[in-house]
Amino acid sequence: MIPRLRPVVLLGIAVLVVLAVSPWLAGIDPLKISVVDRLKPPSMRHLFGTDDFGRDVFARVAHGARLSLWIGFLVAAFATLLGASIGLAAGFFRRADPFLSRLLDALMAFPDILLAVALMAAFGSNLGNVVIALGLVYAPRVARVVRAATFAQRSTLFVEAAVSMGANDLRILLVHVLPNIMPVLFVQATFVFAYALLTESALSFLGVGVPPEVPTLGNMIAASQLYFDDATWMMLFPGIAIALAVLSLQMVGDGLRDSLDPVLRSAQ
Amino acid sequence: MALMRSPWLRKLGSVAAVMFLVATTVFLISRVIPGDPAGVMLGAAATQEDIARLRTELGLDQPLFTQYVDFLWQTLRLDLGRSIFLNQPVLEAIVERSGLTFFLCVFATTLSVAIGLPLGILAGVWRGTWIDRSASVFAMLGASLPSFWIALVLIRYVAAELGWFPVSGWGGPDAAPVERLHHLVLPALVLALPNAVLLLRTTRAGMMDVMAQDYVRTARAKGLHPWTVIMKHALRNTLLPLVTVIGLTIAMLIGRTVVTETVFGLPGIGNLVISGVQRRDYPVIQGVLMVISGLYVLLNLVVDIVYARLDPRLRGRIA
Repeated sequence: MIPRLRPVVLLGIAVLVVLAVSPWLAGIDPLKISVVDRLKPPSMRHLFGTDDFGRDVFARVAHGARLSLWIGFLVAAFATLLGASIGLAAGFFRRADPFLSRLLDALMAFPDILLAVALMAAFGSNLGNVVIALGLVYAPRVARVVRAATFAQRSTLFVEAAVSMGANDLRILLVHVLPNIMPVLFVQATFVFAYALLTESALSFLGVGVPPEVPTLGNMIAASQLYFDDATWMMLFPGIAIALAVLSLQMVGDGLRDSLDPVLRSAQ
Repeated sequence: MALMRSPWLRKLGSVAAVMFLVATTVFLISRVIPGDPAGVMLGAAATQEDIARLRTELGLDQPLFTQYVDFLWQTLRLDLGRSIFLNQPVLEAIVERSGLTFFLCVFATTLSVAIGLPLGILAGVWRGTWIDRSASVFAMLGASLPSFWIALVLIRYVAAELGWFPVSGWGGPDAAPVERLHHLVLPALVLALPNAVLLLRTTRAGMMDVMAQDYVRTARAKGLHPWTVIMKHALRNTLLPLVTVIGLTIAMLIGRTVVTETVFGLPGIGNLVISGVQRRDYPVIQGVLMVISGLYVLLNLVVDIVYARLDPRLRGRIA
């Protein structure tokens, strides 16, 4: 079942690809320090201006966007894997459902950014911990959707047929249920990717995300605050890059959801 | 026995179970801190005796299970422990700062309804027109711009350059309410934006749904004024799902004050968490997590009750 992709989806994917390969398109060293070029406004030579060390902001945004996208992707992958496992179990095994559902309710009672901040405070700031913390924050959100979809699949005739033919639970889940909830899972993963990008940048900005020397977009905005009055370009461009990435992901997610609407409707 | 089958009692049981799991999660988070939490909290300058004293005070020298039971018992009595840095009970610190956060959240919710509801109605009634398209562009932008970035842009251009609003804080200790309100316009706006987007989308979808119904067509055919049909017949049936959205977004707001209060330098609960993280004041982080998630669960319950009151079809059918 391959749905026809809408133009918005393709546009979104195109923007994401450009953002991901932009460090090579920029071709400028984001770490090259030049004291004479300190805090220069945007010009032909430095498209987005320079920062307090005379480093090229365009190159830094390009590299930061790639890094932020990479973190977001890892979070989405981790959250989807964990969330799908919990969701499949909760939707399929009646005995486990009451406990797993309450657990999901409890985890979703924490506002995402607050839970992420608390986990980072416990784990300590580094890149791997950001991925784990955000993955734990968003896994319940995936799990809830997967649970509902699995629930709908469990009562279908082909699952009943598989049961009557003596297939074991693991086989039914992996061979019969999982392929049918893949579209739902994929759409949800796209949204988690977008949320993770936003939350990661907020964590960096608050100083509890990746260490300040790692040039993510959030860290760049946090660092720009010192030169707030004069060098506004240091703040504006990284923010626009975040918005562009999130917007593209939402376009992809929305577009896919609309293409898959009949599938989604049966899942609810 | 009849009492046991009451849906409300089942609901309360479920709330209790969720709160128990919330407390367990908070306990687990505070115990995954690598190394000795007492040492981490006191920093490198602490002596062995200080660390040992704090370990005893926090009960860290007890077996893990005893610590867990003690933690649950304390939480049940609303004892959230003592802040190490502020040297006061955590609950007291939270209550002291809750006024500002509460005020900010009420203000932001009012703004989000004032922005999201009219835009949603207009976009839903005139779908496909330029109004609908501008509303969806607004929604797209509102959902994809990071809130701390919007806050910085507003501070830089609207507060600092135009001078329309104060840059940070919420006035002195005895500032007049109007001055407080003036200070909180930008923070409330930043907080309100994502919620306004959510409200806009829900209202738009609801209006589109209702406007296609037979009874709306009948009302129109009777020759009623289009606005009477929209406001009286259509809107009333759209408002119901909005109760859920508004209720749940209030809880989301409290979480997002972590970012907004930090950017605008407001001494509320969100700010308390971030300074707690910076000072490694774990009891504070734990306490705020408990209070905010508790509020969320409570709000959820309130939303269910209000929903059932508003929609007579749902009475006695709460799952």
